[in-house]
Amino acid sequence: MKRGKISAAAKEEQLWGYLMVAPTIIGLLILNVWPFIQTIYASFCEHLGFGHYKFIGLDNYINMFQNTDFWKATGNTLLFCILTVPVGIFLSLLVAILLNARVKFKGGFRTIFFLPMVCAPAAVTMVWRWIFNSEYGILNQIFGSHIAWVTDPHVVLISCSIVAIWSAIGYDAVLLLSGLQNISKSYYEASSIDGAGKITQFFKITLPMISPTLFVTMIMRLMTSLKVYDLIYMMVEETNPALTSVQSLIYLFYRESFVAGSRGSGSAIAVWTVLIIGVATIFQFIGQKKWVNYEV
Amino acid sequence: MQKKSMENSKRTTAIITYAALILGSVIMIFPFAWMILTSSKTVSESMQIPPTIFPSRLMADNFSEALKSLPFINMYANTILMIIFRVIFAVLFSSMAGYAFAKLKFKGKNLLFSIVLMQMMLPSQIFIIPQYQMVAKLGFANSVAALVFPGLVSAFGTFFLRQAYLGIPDEVGEAAYLDGCNQWQTFTKIMFPLTRSSVAALTVFTAVFAYSDLMWPLVVNSDLKMMTLSSGLATLRGQFSTNFPVLMAGSLLAMLPMVIIYLIFQRQFIEGIAMTGGK
Repeated sequence: MKRGKISAAAKEEQLWGYLMVAPTIIGLLILNVWPFIQTIYASFCEHLGFGHYKFIGLDNYINMFQNTDFWKATGNTLLFCILTVPVGIFLSLLVAILLNARVKFKGGFRTIFFLPMVCAPAAVTMVWRWIFNSEYGILNQIFGSHIAWVTDPHVVLISCSIVAIWSAIGYDAVLLLSGLQNISKSYYEASSIDGAGKITQFFKITLPMISPTLFVTMIMRLMTSLKVYDLIYMMVEETNPALTSVQSLIYLFYRESFVAGSRGSGSAIAVWTVLIIGVATIFQFIGQKKWVNYEV
Repeated sequence: MQKKSMENSKRTTAIITYAALILGSVIMIFPFAWMILTSSKTVSESMQIPPTIFPSRLMADNFSEALKSLPFINMYANTILMIIFRVIFAVLFSSMAGYAFAKLKFKGKNLLFSIVLMQMMLPSQIFIIPQYQMVAKLGFANSVAALVFPGLVSAFGTFFLRQAYLGIPDEVGEAAYLDGCNQWQTFTKIMFPLTRSSVAALTVFTAVFAYSDLMWPLVVNSDLKMMTLSSGLATLRGQFSTNFPVLMAGSLLAMLPMVIIYLIFQRQFIEGIAMTGGK
C-alpha cells in the first residue's frame, strides 16, 4: 500500500517534469534541431526558390573549395581571431588587474570600460567609420597620416580588429575581475613575507589561480570572434573594394544566403564554420592541459 | 631607510595604476564623445582641416534629419516589444525547464538536456535559413512576432537557470512538499522567488543580446517600419554615406535609451553579465 503511494508520487513528479520541460524542448526541436538537420541537408542541395531544394550531392562543397573568396574569408576569419583574441585578452587582464588594485572610483572606471557592451555594434561601428575616415577622420588628422583605414585591403582587417578589441575589453575584464577577486589575499601576504616581489607574485600566484577563468574567457572570445559578422558588415559595405580582404565566413554566409539567394551554398558555408569552431574548441581543450591549473 | 623606499615604490605603483586607468578610460570614452560632438556640427564643419573639436553651436538639425529619414518611433517600439517578449519567454520557459532539469526525476532527462547543450554549442547562423523559411512560409515576415521568433525558447537560459536551481538545497523543496504544496506550487511559490538574481541576470543578458542582434532582424523584416534600431541604422549607413553628422545623430538616438538604462542599473548590468559569462 505504502509502496504504491510512493510510486504514485514519483509518477506525478515525472509528469510534472515532462510538462515543465515541454515548451523548451518542443521549441528547441522546432527552432533548432530541425533547422540544423535542414541546413545540413540543404548544403547538399541547390535552392530552386521558395524553399524548394534539389539534391546535388557534393557540388556545393566542391564549388566552395574552388572559390578563392571562400578561402579568403576563412583566412580573414582566422586572422581576425589571431589579431583580436591574444591582444584583447592581454589588455582585458591588464584592466582587470588595475581594477583589482586599491583604487578610488573603481565603479566609475568599470562602468566606462563596460560601456561598449550595451551599445549595439551597429551604432558603435558608425562612429569608428567616421574616426577612421581617410580624408576627414580624426585619426589621420591627429597622426598626420593618410591611411585608408576602411578601404585599403591591407589595413581594413586591422581597423576592424581595433574596433573589436575596444568593444570587448570591458566585458572580458569584468569576467576576469570576478576571477581575480576570488583569489584569497592570504596567498599574497604569505609570499610577501617570504620576500616575493610583485612580478613573482603575478606569475606564481595570480596567473595559475586565474587560469581557469582565463581559459573560459578565452574560449568564449574565440567562439565570438570566429562568428564575427555585424561589426565587419557595418564597417565594410558590399560596394567597398576591400570587401574580400576583410569579409568573414559568416559575412560571406549572409551574402550568399540572403543577398545572392543561393541557400544551398550558404548552408555549406555554415556547416564549414561549425566544423572550424568544433576543431578550434578541441584544440583549446587539448591545449588547456598545459597551462590551466585546476588544483587550487 | 628601507621603509621610505617602500613607500616611494608604493606611490609610484599608484601613480602608474591611475595613469593607465585614466588613459584607458579616455580611449574608451573618446568615440562616444566624438559622436556627440560631431552630431551637432554641420557637414562642412565636420570636414574642416584642421578639425574643430567643438561644434560652433548646439544644433538639432542633424537629429531632425535622422528622425525624418528613419521611422525612429517604430524602431524604438519594435525593439522594445522584441526585448519584452523575448525576456518574458526566456524567463518563463527557461525557469520551468531549468527547475525540472535540476530538481525533478523523469525518464530521458539526460537525453532531453543534451538537446539544450547541443543548441548552446552551435552558432545561431546554422539555424537561420530554415528559421527564415518557416517565418516566410507561415507568412509573418515583417512583424514583431518574426523578431521574437528565434527567442521563443532559450537553451542558454535553461542551462543557466538549471545552475541556479541546482544551487538551492533539495530540503527547501521537500519542506514545501511536506507542507502540502504540489510540484507546481513548490516551483512558483518557493523555488522561483529564490532565483531572483539569476532571473535578473538572464533578463539583462537577453535584452542586451536581442538589442545588439543584427542579422536576424535584417533578414526577416525588410520593411523599414518593422526594423529594429540595429537593422534600421544599417540602412542609414548607405543613405548618408558621407554625411557623418547625421549618421552620428542617428547612432546617438539608437544608443541613448540603452545607455541611460545601463547608467541607472549599472550594477545589475555588470553583475548580470558577469554571472552569465560563459556564453
